[in-house]
Amino acid sequence: MKTNLFQYVRAETIAEAVALRHHLGDGASFLAGGQSLVPTMALRMAAPEVLIDISAVGELQQISVQDGTLHIGAGCRYADVLASSLVAGAAPLLARAIPFIAHEAIRNRGTIGGSLAHADPASEMPACMMALDAQIVLRSPGGERRVPAAAFFPGTYLTAMDEGELLVGVDIPLAAPGVKQRFLEISRRAGDYAITGGAFVLEFDRNVVRSARLAFFSVSDRPLLAKAAAAALCGQPLSATSIEEASAIVAKEIEFFADLYTGVDAKQHITRTLTQRLLEQFKELE
Amino acid sequence: MDPHYPLAFILNGARVEHEVSVRTTLADLLRHQIGQTATHVGCEQGSCGACTVVVDGRMVRACLIFAIQLEGADIKTSDGFADDALMISLRRAFTERNALQCGFCTSGMLIAGHDLLSRVAQPGRREIREKISGNFCRCTGYEAIVDAIWKVAQEMPDTRAGA
Repeated sequence: MKTNLFQYVRAETIAEAVALRHHLGDGASFLAGGQSLVPTMALRMAAPEVLIDISAVGELQQISVQDGTLHIGAGCRYADVLASSLVAGAAPLLARAIPFIAHEAIRNRGTIGGSLAHADPASEMPACMMALDAQIVLRSPGGERRVPAAAFFPGTYLTAMDEGELLVGVDIPLAAPGVKQRFLEISRRAGDYAITGGAFVLEFDRNVVRSARLAFFSVSDRPLLAKAAAAALCGQPLSATSIEEASAIVAKEIEFFADLYTGVDAKQHITRTLTQRLLEQFKELE
Repeated sequence: MDPHYPLAFILNGARVEHEVSVRTTLADLLRHQIGQTATHVGCEQGSCGACTVVVDGRMVRACLIFAIQLEGADIKTSDGFADDALMISLRRAFTERNALQCGFCTSGMLIAGHDLLSRVAQPGRREIREKISGNFCRCTGYEAIVDAIWKVAQEMPDTRAGA
């Protein structure tokens, strides 16, 4: 369980990290919190020639609210995001989701950007960013670009990033009045990979659902939005009937993938139940 | 042999200088090179929690950090709490309640317990379980460990760190 031998360089700024990556080529990987990359290297499933350590880049560790947007730097650790009052106010979904991620010792070190760049279909953060309609901010020597989270995760461990791009942060639109956010995952033990999980953002006009974003993870080869179910919820108050209908649509519209422990039928059944439970939580808010 | 690079950090209050390969994890450095055997090297992939240490005030897994990343860091292993009243109470409670059998998980459990009781006043049993959920014990079934930490929590005055 020892990693390959690699070269190690430490970047102090985003510009330096991006330039180093450009200079060193595809054999180089960024090292942020290391909570996924280091075990992957220990198992020799990854063997980068060079690690560019970005864990001390202060620019990547900022959380701010500006012009109706919450910005979270990619290098922010879960523990810091969880403790942030800005995040609690602007994107409470994240504060609800983070306690489900692994264990505290991991959350003290793991970063938001690391999780998004790793793109594990069982991870919480990608689904949260899809539910929050976040923009993923990428930097390369050519400049900066943004990709909507909903278009960022094309498959298992895959992202819309080009070679050499650095994920520098996420921009999340501030929750408007009437927006409610809830998160739930089902796992055998706390901290385990989820059997299924959901991150839901609903916007209410009085008690009528105006819009809904229902993101799921650990259900398929990628995190995804259940769009048909979301559409079915809109234009009416949440009721036992609408919840039952939406949950049934979720079970149909997702192409479920089995994992090591849970087959497709069980995933489908448990995800339907999860959807019901999550939507019931919104009903209780009224 | 791997090339080695100089590294300096604080270990249990004392400055340490050591030459390390870039692929040496903090866990391997502490246990196998410095001889700090309070740090147990278990799964080496971040699952078991046996190598839990405190880096710059935060509980982390030493097997998931390359030592070379820790220039200037303040690192504490369970040995670094020798004179700490809370840790002494935890050790005594673990002994009295038989909260260890083989002892492999114990230093990680003690660090988790200490971290919890340093931050949270009067945690309940559920909170204790959540806190140690990242630390595997294959002997006790956890009940005795929860008992030991809970007992120390009950004995603590309310006016302490964080209160």
